[in-house]
Amino acid sequence: MLLEVRDLHVEFKTRDGVAKAVNGVNYSVDAGQTLAVLGESGSGKSVTAQAVMGILDMPPGRIAGGEILFKGADLLKMKEEERRKIRGADMAMIFQDALSSLNPVLSVGAQLGEMFEVHRGMSRKDARGKAVELMDRVKIPAAKERVGDYPHQFSGGMRQRIMIAMALALEPSLIIADEPTTALDVTVQAQVMDLLAELQRELNMGLILITHDLGVVADVADKIAVMYAGRIVEAAPVHDIYRSPAHPYTRGLLDSIPRLDQKGQELYAIKGLPPNLLAIPSGCAFNPRCPMARAVCRTDVPPLYEVTESPAPRTSACHFWKECLHA
Amino acid sequence: MPEPYDPLQPGEKEVIAPTGQGGPMDLALEEAQSLEKTLEPAGPGPQEKARSLWSDAWHQLRRNPVFVISLLLILFLVVISIWPQLIASGDPLQCDLSKSQQGSEPGHPFGFDTQGCDVYTRTVYGAQASITVGICATVGAALLGSLLGGLAGFFGGWWDAVLSRVADIFFGIPVILGGLVLLSVVTSTTVWPVVGFIVLLGWPQIARIARGSVITAKQNDYVQAARALGAGNGRMLLRHVAPNAIAPVIVVATIALGTYISLEATLSFLGVGLRPPTVSWGIDISNAASQIRNAPHMLLWPAGALSITVLAFIMLGDAVRDALDPKLR
Amino acid sequence: MPEAILEVRDLVKHFPLTQGILFKKQIGAVKAVDGVSFDLKAGETLGIVGESGCGKSTVAKMLVNLERPTSGAISYKGEDLTRLSGRALKAVRRNIQMVFQDPYTSLNPRMTVGDIIGEPYEIHPEVAPKGDRRRKVQDLLDVVGLNPEYVNRYPHQFSGGQRQRIGIARGLALRPEIIVADEPVSALDVSVQAQVVNLLERLQDEFSLSYVFIAHDLSIVRHISDRVAVMYLGRIAETGTDTQIYDHPTHPYTQALLSAVPVPDPGARERRERIILTGDVPSPANPPSGCTFRTRCWKAQQHCTDEVPLLAVPEAFRGQTGPAAHPSACHFAAERQVVPPAEES
Repeated sequence: MLLEVRDLHVEFKTRDGVAKAVNGVNYSVDAGQTLAVLGESGSGKSVTAQAVMGILDMPPGRIAGGEILFKGADLLKMKEEERRKIRGADMAMIFQDALSSLNPVLSVGAQLGEMFEVHRGMSRKDARGKAVELMDRVKIPAAKERVGDYPHQFSGGMRQRIMIAMALALEPSLIIADEPTTALDVTVQAQVMDLLAELQRELNMGLILITHDLGVVADVADKIAVMYAGRIVEAAPVHDIYRSPAHPYTRGLLDSIPRLDQKGQELYAIKGLPPNLLAIPSGCAFNPRCPMARAVCRTDVPPLYEVTESPAPRTSACHFWKECLHA
Repeated sequence: MPEPYDPLQPGEKEVIAPTGQGGPMDLALEEAQSLEKTLEPAGPGPQEKARSLWSDAWHQLRRNPVFVISLLLILFLVVISIWPQLIASGDPLQCDLSKSQQGSEPGHPFGFDTQGCDVYTRTVYGAQASITVGICATVGAALLGSLLGGLAGFFGGWWDAVLSRVADIFFGIPVILGGLVLLSVVTSTTVWPVVGFIVLLGWPQIARIARGSVITAKQNDYVQAARALGAGNGRMLLRHVAPNAIAPVIVVATIALGTYISLEATLSFLGVGLRPPTVSWGIDISNAASQIRNAPHMLLWPAGALSITVLAFIMLGDAVRDALDPKLR
Repeated sequence: MPEAILEVRDLVKHFPLTQGILFKKQIGAVKAVDGVSFDLKAGETLGIVGESGCGKSTVAKMLVNLERPTSGAISYKGEDLTRLSGRALKAVRRNIQMVFQDPYTSLNPRMTVGDIIGEPYEIHPEVAPKGDRRRKVQDLLDVVGLNPEYVNRYPHQFSGGQRQRIGIARGLALRPEIIVADEPVSALDVSVQAQVVNLLERLQDEFSLSYVFIAHDLSIVRHISDRVAVMYLGRIAETGTDTQIYDHPTHPYTQALLSAVPVPDPGARERRERIILTGDVPSPANPPSGCTFRTRCWKAQQHCTDEVPLLAVPEAFRGQTGPAAHPSACHFAAERQVVPPAEES
């Protein structure tokens, strides 16, 4: 297993108390595999990724427990020095906002080349050549002429390609992409997503795709982990989850999005609001919004049940996953 | 050596708050803090009172020791500048030359200056001039600056261009040189020429801040929303723009207050600010400076009082900025 | 057939590009909107879709008079809004209101919810007598599904979805006939979007509103709209009923746009035909000659460079009555199905 997150807990200290952003997350990614982490704002999907990358702001953040195994070694037990060596070289991240992630006063060639100068000790000239090579690889037209351009001279889609190039520079074995296409237009989104998927196949990387968009996930993911209130409520191979969700939250999400090929009367709406991380409901965190909730949901935190009826391994954190599966 | 730019260790912005729907913590908490009924009532939640941003700021300030200490200090200074008799029984102008430059003795804890005046009494009475100049100059500069800057920012166009250039000209005047030239022709012994001079040089700084924050506030959707409703300029400026643009002006003005007090002392030290018989720390420091080897106590007390006063206002400004800056919350 | 309450004709908005600080010199113009015409009929929803920079938000701003058009006309019941000013403009404004995209910046943080929703009555005092206002505000809160007791709270005490409801209540206060909604749900969480979409639909029936619904999300536009206009670089590329646009698109841009939308169905990955466009949207400051889409179009020929295609029923479909016969601004318009046919549910 390339990356394995085990029972991760992350807390944030705020003015009004301790916010439990991540409450026992487990997931794993293998080389060549795409794991999509799906969730709304505040579900803890980005915080988990930041903990994996080691770029969580501490304080106010604090890792309250768990393990993050990367190629078998626990990242949380490593010295900062060792983690730095892994970060960027063997594990890289792509952010949503490419413009603010690039340094505006350096040319993109210089920024791409720096990766090789710093990590590989190349000369400036060789690094420049490598930068052009990378820009070619992410299909930026006229890479040779544009290598000296500055970030603001590129369009949104091109900037995101540069971010991808930067992440791929040292051929990492794991890429974490946090909403990589959310800020892009639909037609450009498709280009960027295709490019990312293609490069992943080529380099046999593990990819963690963090998103709120059920559509994007369906197009590229192998397996999906759905997060709610800092926990994974359902994890399954992509086909299974869309065909028959085993958690009412997943089902609600799927039912509530309008579809291009359907024109319905009224959309199904999940009632209520996302939970308060300072006061997560007792029992199952989803119970106040759940149409299936019963007394036991308010008292007992559901464990991750094995969904035994499925041939592929899948789990659901719902006491009544069987009912949900057949609803 | 500056750290090499490493794209994988992005600046704070990405780390704390991935923009948009990425799930920034603060947004999540904000989302979560409310409990209102939606189409179907949500479950019970903690009851929450209506809190305006100002009351929120006040709530935070009260718990900030820096704010409490500086506020108490300032209150004390204001009180003794109004009623110096409360803690000093003597007369700052009644001096006894025979005691020139003597050290402390019972009833005169700070000793005497060259003229034989009681340093303690003079230090207490000196607060009045400093506080008066500081507050009046700040109020004047803040009113003038925010009015001109605010209008320039709101209306833009040639009005803005002309005003900005005028402000630049005032910025270009060297403070000390300007003071020496302009104030040396004044013969009045009141504080008003000094106040006027500080306002004249101080307003462009406030105007710049006000202009910038009005331009920022003006671009908010709620101003557009008011305009779409048919609101006139007056309503938009007073109800929507001004209340949202005022915070930075208050912060800058509070910090400026401290620097204005020290500017007054500087001018008085140079002999163009306040003049005797007005009692001022600047004058006393000026008189004491030449005697620093013989009688350091003459310098120590007024200079110490000045430093503490300036520090108190700057700390207050800092605390107010922390409370009003929405980015830190 | 209901009559059009809003007629937009040849709407143009060019933002001048200037150089110099004191002595400004115009060096060009951003052609944000470059000749847009459409009708809005009473009680219907017109969806306007397009990518960022296509001018859809500028159109919205001109409809509610936040921007003055460079040329063209917007007629509300026969009266040209672009010629009005002062009192007459204020009176018309009552009938056309706007809902903004970002619920975090569209509510004044220094005002209570009651003051925000009540502000329209202060600007138009003739609508509600003073003593009546508080009750009216509370009624509005109730209508949009918020607790009427929360009038004294401040916006930051509400979540995004709730704030958007407050924004909608403000838009409804003057009982307008038309609401222009500029991306009203795109800033909201997925599970909350459906609540707000449903609310908008319910209010439309309750108050017989007409909507101009602007969005980049094609799925939501299809869900809520009766008719759709697809915009590209300041012009309408194709317009028609939702079935005509989604099931029988004839403009290559519409086809590409539709095929690029990710569908929440992994099975569709294999079944669907995907058209991946190359490149990005050109700058509106320097749009291509002729058909503005030609730089990304796989059908482009010399003719497309020379001549601007007009928005009309293409020649190939003229005289037909089928769903493909709708206005499409393409010299080589041809039907191509990219979305599996709709299921009425």
